Formats: sequence, C-alpha cells, structure tokens
Amino acid sequence: MSKQPTRTIKVDTLARVEGEGALYIKLKGDQVQDVKLSIYEPPRFFEAFLRDRLYSEIPDIVARICGICPIAYQMSAVHAIENALGVTIDPSVRLLRRLFYCGEWIESHALHVYMLHAPDFLGYPDGITMARDHQAIVQQGLRLKKAGNRIVALMGGREIHPVSAAVGGFYKAPSKSALKELVEELQWALDASLAAARWVSGFDFPDFEQNYEFVCLSHPEEYPFNEGRIVSNRGLDIDASEYEANFTEQHVQHSNALHSVQRGGDSYMVGPLARFNLNFDKLPEVAQQAARDCGLQVPCRNPFRSIVVRAIELVFACHEALRVIREYEPPAAPRAQVLARASTGHAATEAPRGLLYHRYALDQDGLIVSAKIVPPTSQNQKRIEEDLRHFAGQVATRPVEEITSKCEQAVRNYDPCISCATHFLRLHLERD
Amino acid sequence: MSLRIIGCGNIDRGDDAAGLLVARRLHAPAAASIAVAIAGVEIPGLVIMEQSGESISLMDCWTVNDDVVLVDATAPRGTPGQVQRWNARADQLPEDIFPCSTHAFGVREAVELARAMSGLPQTLLIYGIEGKQFFHGAPTSPEVERAVESVANELMMRLTATSARRCG
Repeated sequence: MSKQPTRTIKVDTLARVEGEGALYIKLKGDQVQDVKLSIYEPPRFFEAFLRDRLYSEIPDIVARICGICPIAYQMSAVHAIENALGVTIDPSVRLLRRLFYCGEWIESHALHVYMLHAPDFLGYPDGITMARDHQAIVQQGLRLKKAGNRIVALMGGREIHPVSAAVGGFYKAPSKSALKELVEELQWALDASLAAARWVSGFDFPDFEQNYEFVCLSHPEEYPFNEGRIVSNRGLDIDASEYEANFTEQHVQHSNALHSVQRGGDSYMVGPLARFNLNFDKLPEVAQQAARDCGLQVPCRNPFRSIVVRAIELVFACHEALRVIREYEPPAAPRAQVLARASTGHAATEAPRGLLYHRYALDQDGLIVSAKIVPPTSQNQKRIEEDLRHFAGQVATRPVEEITSKCEQAVRNYDPCISCATHFLRLHLERD
Repeated sequence: MSLRIIGCGNIDRGDDAAGLLVARRLHAPAAASIAVAIAGVEIPGLVIMEQSGESISLMDCWTVNDDVVLVDATAPRGTPGQVQRWNARADQLPEDIFPCSTHAFGVREAVELARAMSGLPQTLLIYGIEGKQFFHGAPTSPEVERAVESVANELMMRLTATSARRCG
C-alpha cells in the first residue's frame, strides 16, 4: 500500500477580502480530501431586527450590512418594498438609481482590481507593497475609486452608508448641473478603465476552467443593475418572486454564513462572470470591443479571468454613468407616493459581487413582518469550495506557501464579502 | 500648510468612536475658547476632521505639507483605555492593531499606502486608544471615555503650545 503524505493547509485569517474567514484544505498526495471555507465572523441577525420596523426605515438599516456595497442593499430593499406596495417610480428616478449603482460598481471594482486582486498576479503580498513598485498604476486605481465615490457622495449624501435612497425614489434628486460636474472625471475614468482592462489582461492566468451554472439578472435592453429576470446558462428563467422556489439556504457547521444552493443541492456562481457571460450583447460597444481586445471569449469559464471581466464592467459602469448624466432630466417629484398595505414583495438586483435577493412581508401599517436577504457571497460559498476542491489538486505538489497563496487567490476570484454573508481569510493546509 | 486633527471611527460601534469623540471635544466651543484663552490667539490653519477610517478618503485628508494628528481606536489587548502614540513618519505602524474598514483598508493601510507613494504629511502623529467593546449599538466603555478626555486634554496642550510657538 502506498503511503502518500497528507498535508493540511490552514489560513487562519484570509487577507484582502471583506470580513473574517478561514480556509482549510486537507491534501493526501495530490488528492484533495477536504475543503472548508470557514466564515467565523459572528452572524449579525439583520433579518431579525428588521421586524417591526417601518418599511421606510429599511433602506437606511440594510445599508449598514456592508461598507463597500450599501447601495446594492438599498436598491434590493427599495425594489422589494415597492414590489410589495405596488409603487411605480418615475423614469428619471430609474435613471438615477442606475447612476447610483454605477458609482458603487466603480468604487468596488476599482478597489478589487487594483488593490486586492492585482497583487496576487504580480507576486506581491498586498497592495501597499505593490504600490512601492507601481505608483502610477496604484494612483490610477485610487483615482478611479474616487470617481465612484464622487457619484455615491453626490447621489447618497455621503460616500459611506449613503442616506438618500427611499422607497419610491430618493429623498432629494440632484440637479442637472450637479451631475454635469461629474462628467470630466468620468470621461477620465472611462479611459482609465480601458487602460486597466489592457493592464490586467496581460497577467498570467492559471489554466483552470469549471463547468459553472451562472446565475444573474437579465434585462431585454440593458446590462443588468436593478431590474430583470433571474436567468442561468442552464435554462433558468424566473421572476424574483420565484427565487425561493428555486434556491434554498443550508447551514453548514463550519460557517456562520448560510450556503445558498439550488433546490437539489447544486452550487452556482453569481457575479461578474455570470453577468458577462449571459449579458455580453447588452454591453455597450466600447466594452464589448475592450473585452475582445483583452482576449475574453463568451462564455469565460476561468474564474481567474474575473479580474479582466471586472475591468470590463468598470468600462461599462463609467460609460453608463456618462449616458445617464447626458439623458437625465430631474423628476417632477423625487419620490412617488407610497401607501402602506399588508403585502409581500420580492426583488433581486446586481451587487458588484452578484445577485442580491430581498423579500419583505409587511402588515397593513407598513411594519415589517418578515425579511429575507440572500447576499452574493452566500450564493458563491459552495462554489468557492468546489473551485478549491479542483484547483488545490492542480497545485498540490508545490510548496505549502505557494499552495496557500494560490488558493487564497482562487478565493479572491470571487471578491467575497463576508461582512455581507455574515465578514474573511486564514488557510489551514494539512498533509499526513 | 495646516495643522489637521483627524478623529476616526464609527460612532455606532462602542469604543470604535474614540477618535471621533476626541475630535468632537476639540470642536466644542468651550474647548476652542480655552485654547484661545491659553494661547491668547487663534491657531491659524487648524482643521479638525471626522473620518470613518476608510483609507482612500483618509489619504485625501492631508497634503505632504501638513502637520497631522490622527486619533483612532485600537484593537482590544486586555488594557482598555491604554493610549499609544506613534510617530508615523519615523516608524511603520504595527499590523492588526487598528480596526479595519471596508475590505480591510483602514488607518494603517492609508498611512502605509501614503508612505509607499511618498504621500505622507510632513508630520504624522497617531494616537491609538485601546478599545474594549466594538459591537453595534454598544456604549463607550468608561475606560475609553477617560482616555478620550485625557487625549483631548493632551492635544489641547499641544495646540496651545503650537499656537504660542507660531506667535512667538
């Protein structure tokens, strides 16, 4: 009987991800015996303490779930409550919401592409060390993120945990002239995003592809933010109200974040790769051409290339923000009238990391009876573990330090937000 | 050139508010008038700011020509209220001591990123107040309240000394 060594790889605190989690991989020879993405950040019970709050309070409360994607939480919340209460929003408000989301995608994707993920490909332990050798690149990334921050601050009243989103619209709508002040910087940001896409497309990508089920929103005319049906590359095509009939959350012992899986137990992937693969034809020509120039093909099944797709989505978000600003006319009223009634509403929107589902039941006075929130990282958790189960075997013969860094990089392909899924990463590698 | 005092933290997370509370004490009209009374003059170019600690916004709070004092809470190590001081121009900040902001980019990352990119202010003094409780909705602990008072008084003395020097 051959005695192959068993090694355990442990990362006690995963770095360059949002939140607190750990990674455990057990290898026997080049065979992966066990993988656990362990999220030990305490559960935060948001769904429970939303109960008995007035519907109008919800957007500001759920914004506190995450510092990097508060707008996603606000948008899914307002759409779900509007769905419950039968509210129709002004077309200008709809445009403003797309602009708001552009701001969040730009700041989130710029941070991840430049500061969190690029160091993996260039062999640096972190963005700070990378900055010593790549000052101009990092300055570009920081300025790009600030361009996103400016949109969020203008639309939301402040950069972190914005406060303007309301059920029915916004508490205050910006003037045309205020939006026009963003144009010059966004034009720079569009060029910078194209440069970012060229830059990251030159990285070395591991030869690794998986047969994913991609899940995201799809809208007949737009690259998705706020609206659309939930679709997959395997035929799923449902309204947000059917989400819970098709997906369910499971508790696993090693994680304080629930794993969202398909009914039947299969994993799936949400996020930039899913959106890109299922909505490529909705991207503006400048983004499509940039993707072709970067060598991206549809479908892209290599998760390590998600950094290139995020850069393409930066191009899209800057282009879309400029379009919205050009077309914007202030609404007659910043928000529609809302009348409370007993009802239930559902919505899914596209957070930077992927599909974000909300469901609220309200009583006749508009108080929340129950709430359900399924963040993108919860939906990707099982898929991350499956990626690692396959990828760790490819690198199992390498030194422990290299296995560790490659596996952390594989986790960062998903830009996980553990604060959302509960906050992230320590790796434990075990070999016999 | 200006003198900038930056208080960092989250007012809703217990002792994480320490830096903000120091900034607010220095902002209070009574405190300002005491400083003026002691020094006899106003301090030109003094800016007192509150920040979440998010690193990229924080790096925008200074220029290379400024004198900066930054106050933030530090992680619990069994001695709540203990005050540590770092001359960040001279020394790198320790890892794992400041609470992290979004995607683990907080005060330390702002300072070290600025250092890597030659963007540190001409002086950067950092006060760390060790916290005890950081959960949502927590009150400030008595130990941290005392430390906030102490750091605010120390900074007031520094301000008056600075003012006197500038006028002298």
